[in-house]
Amino acid sequence: MNTFEKIKKIAAPGIVEKAEDGRLVLNMGPSHPAMHGIVKIYLTLNGERIEDSDVEIGYLHRGFEKTCENINYNQVIPYTDRLNYVSPFINNVGYALAVEKLMGVDIPERAKYLRVIMSEISRITDHLTCIGANAMELGAFTVYFYLINAREALYKLGDSVAGGRITPNYTRIGGVSRDLPEGFEDEVKKAFSILTKNLDDSEKLLSRNRIFYDRLRNTGKITKEEAISYSFTGPLLRACGVPYDVRKDEPYLVYDRFDFDIPVCSEGDNYSRYLVRLEEIKQSMSIVKQALKQIPSGEIKNPDYNVSLPEKKDVYGNIEALIAHFKLTFEGPKPPAGEVYFPVEGGNGELGFYIVSDGTHKPWRVRVRPPCFPLTSALSRMIKGGYVADIIATFGQLNMIGGELER
Amino acid sequence: MQDILLNLWISHKTQIVFVIESFLKATIFLNGIMAFTALLTLGERKVSALMQDRIGPNRASIFGLTLGGLFHPIADGIKLLTKEDFIPEKADKVFFTIAPIIGLVSVLTCFAFIPFGNHIEILGHKVRLLIADIDSSVFMIMAISSMAIYSPFMGGYFSGNNFAFLGAMRAAAQMISYESVIGLSLIPMLIIYSSASMSEIVVKQGNLLMAFIPAWGIFLQPLSFLIFLTAAVAENKRTPFDVVEGESEIVGYFIEYSSMRFGAFMFAEFVEIILVSMLSVTFFLGGWQVPYLSENGFNFPFSSAISIPPIIVSLLQVASFAIKTALFSVFLLIVRWTLPRMRFDQIMSFCWKFLLPLALANLFITALILRYLGTVRL
Repeated sequence: MNTFEKIKKIAAPGIVEKAEDGRLVLNMGPSHPAMHGIVKIYLTLNGERIEDSDVEIGYLHRGFEKTCENINYNQVIPYTDRLNYVSPFINNVGYALAVEKLMGVDIPERAKYLRVIMSEISRITDHLTCIGANAMELGAFTVYFYLINAREALYKLGDSVAGGRITPNYTRIGGVSRDLPEGFEDEVKKAFSILTKNLDDSEKLLSRNRIFYDRLRNTGKITKEEAISYSFTGPLLRACGVPYDVRKDEPYLVYDRFDFDIPVCSEGDNYSRYLVRLEEIKQSMSIVKQALKQIPSGEIKNPDYNVSLPEKKDVYGNIEALIAHFKLTFEGPKPPAGEVYFPVEGGNGELGFYIVSDGTHKPWRVRVRPPCFPLTSALSRMIKGGYVADIIATFGQLNMIGGELER
Repeated sequence: MQDILLNLWISHKTQIVFVIESFLKATIFLNGIMAFTALLTLGERKVSALMQDRIGPNRASIFGLTLGGLFHPIADGIKLLTKEDFIPEKADKVFFTIAPIIGLVSVLTCFAFIPFGNHIEILGHKVRLLIADIDSSVFMIMAISSMAIYSPFMGGYFSGNNFAFLGAMRAAAQMISYESVIGLSLIPMLIIYSSASMSEIVVKQGNLLMAFIPAWGIFLQPLSFLIFLTAAVAENKRTPFDVVEGESEIVGYFIEYSSMRFGAFMFAEFVEIILVSMLSVTFFLGGWQVPYLSENGFNFPFSSAISIPPIIVSLLQVASFAIKTALFSVFLLIVRWTLPRMRFDQIMSFCWKFLLPLALANLFITALILRYLGTVRL
């Protein structure tokens, strides 16, 4: 047997599948460093060009929606932390707003501002994680640490307010769990100065870096029309040139009182997404600063006994409060029968909660519209015709978060 | 019996001394490089930690003594040696086994031609600090380091893994392409110093340009230096050219390797960093030369001279080479931890559409200038 035959014998079964037409079938994931452990892509490669691909999800399905049907309305809130675990406050806020809309209750002004502040801090952590992880997967490991250091400063802020770094469990139906701690404004200033410094360093290392630019520019491209037909939202849609943002188009909480811009790019490629995210971080910082200036003093939850738990001294002091405490603890709030959909702007786009109530204390159905589900469904389309290496750039910029994608 | 040995000693004295001398030099130099490589693995982790606001490895200890993480290379080695040595079923055992060995051997052999000092007097015997002094050592290094291509290619191709297969293809294309650029970037140096012997090139870099600039390659040919540096990093398969490994894309040609086989690939990569540093230092940064230091001491251009005993001069030169190499290695580490990774097709077009024409133009212009200036008096 000569060497050539020997090589062919070794090569034929395992190495080159479909060797006759020169194509290679590759299973990328789920245990692949760039697939975040939970997504599998079947690739058909011609050389290094992607001819076809099939994205398979479902490795992190936890049954969030079914679980919600068996617990009361307040008990769902800790589970929402785990949807998009990079920006948990936004999930808390989205769910609470949906239930409040269903119940027809309003919350105090201060609670609205608190929700806005924490949501915007969460949005920053989300974008930082996305850019940082993307840079790391593209080889710029140092940038990742710069951005993660900044994120850590923001997580500490969240920790000081809600008592948890990534599982804050912050909102309650009818308000929020805690008020701001003493000296929070100074802490925000400190954290933002760390953030600004690290962000500037990272921008210097990435934005005008030829290698980074070449990796992101014109990869993972999608047109405006296609993005809309895939029902994209968030930074990816805005990178295509559609200025859709729930905070501007259907203002909730007190977003109409702030002066901020919606960054838009026209290319629809990965580099535009990167730029949009970068600018959104700055806009969110400005929103937080404005909110801290405007925030009124006062209550942080709706005093209605049907909505939120009474004060401890009232529970011990009067019988109505005691009964309300008992009813709310054992049964929870009871929205009237009906259905509601409430969207908020999450880190990745429109995060919607659709809740159907049958009038009992448990939701009849909770459905989450995860912003990264439509994005992931278009992944196959976006990587087609590109190189294997483009998958990493595109997938990183999608900011697919498993907890929210598969729930 | 004693007579035979004595006769042999008398008749073949020079040969025997040469063999012993070469053996000792090779042992000392190669062990030095091995130790330096082990330190470099720690250095890489420490430098990256320094750049990334981290502490870096500091936990490996012997009897509670950590020395700032100095034992980590040993701990890494022990860990790699005690891991399961696994060969996949679809792999070809022979090629799978020899691939890491080829990589390590071909890189280590190159060190035989690198002068790490001028010469030193031991027991009245003049020892040249160079293992193999041959006239065409530049070409020998090019030839032997080309062998290193086989290591990732065979390792990847015969692993029986599609990811490794992609890595092997990338390795073959990338390394062969950049090999040519390395060659073309060095030829201007050979023309300028009119020699292909490393030791001679270094000796000629001891001269002065305009009586005060050392005639180092970097001053005579800065463009060649940049091209060589880029191509050498690419040849070394490290970021920004680490698509062969590309840990977040294809995980690397060594995806199926475990235990010390994997360790050999890693080790070869680090040895290659030192090789690249040493070659850069030798060609462009004056090798073992210390500026203004000649055989009998310092001769500063505009002031008096300081005389130094020859043994100190020799040691200073060796130290100069070691320090330059160490600093250059750290520079390579910093580059690796700063830049993102290029895409495979971008690397190839960067090589063939930019670096290669540039190297050719540089070679042409250098040759033209030398033709009209006559030979440089070096």
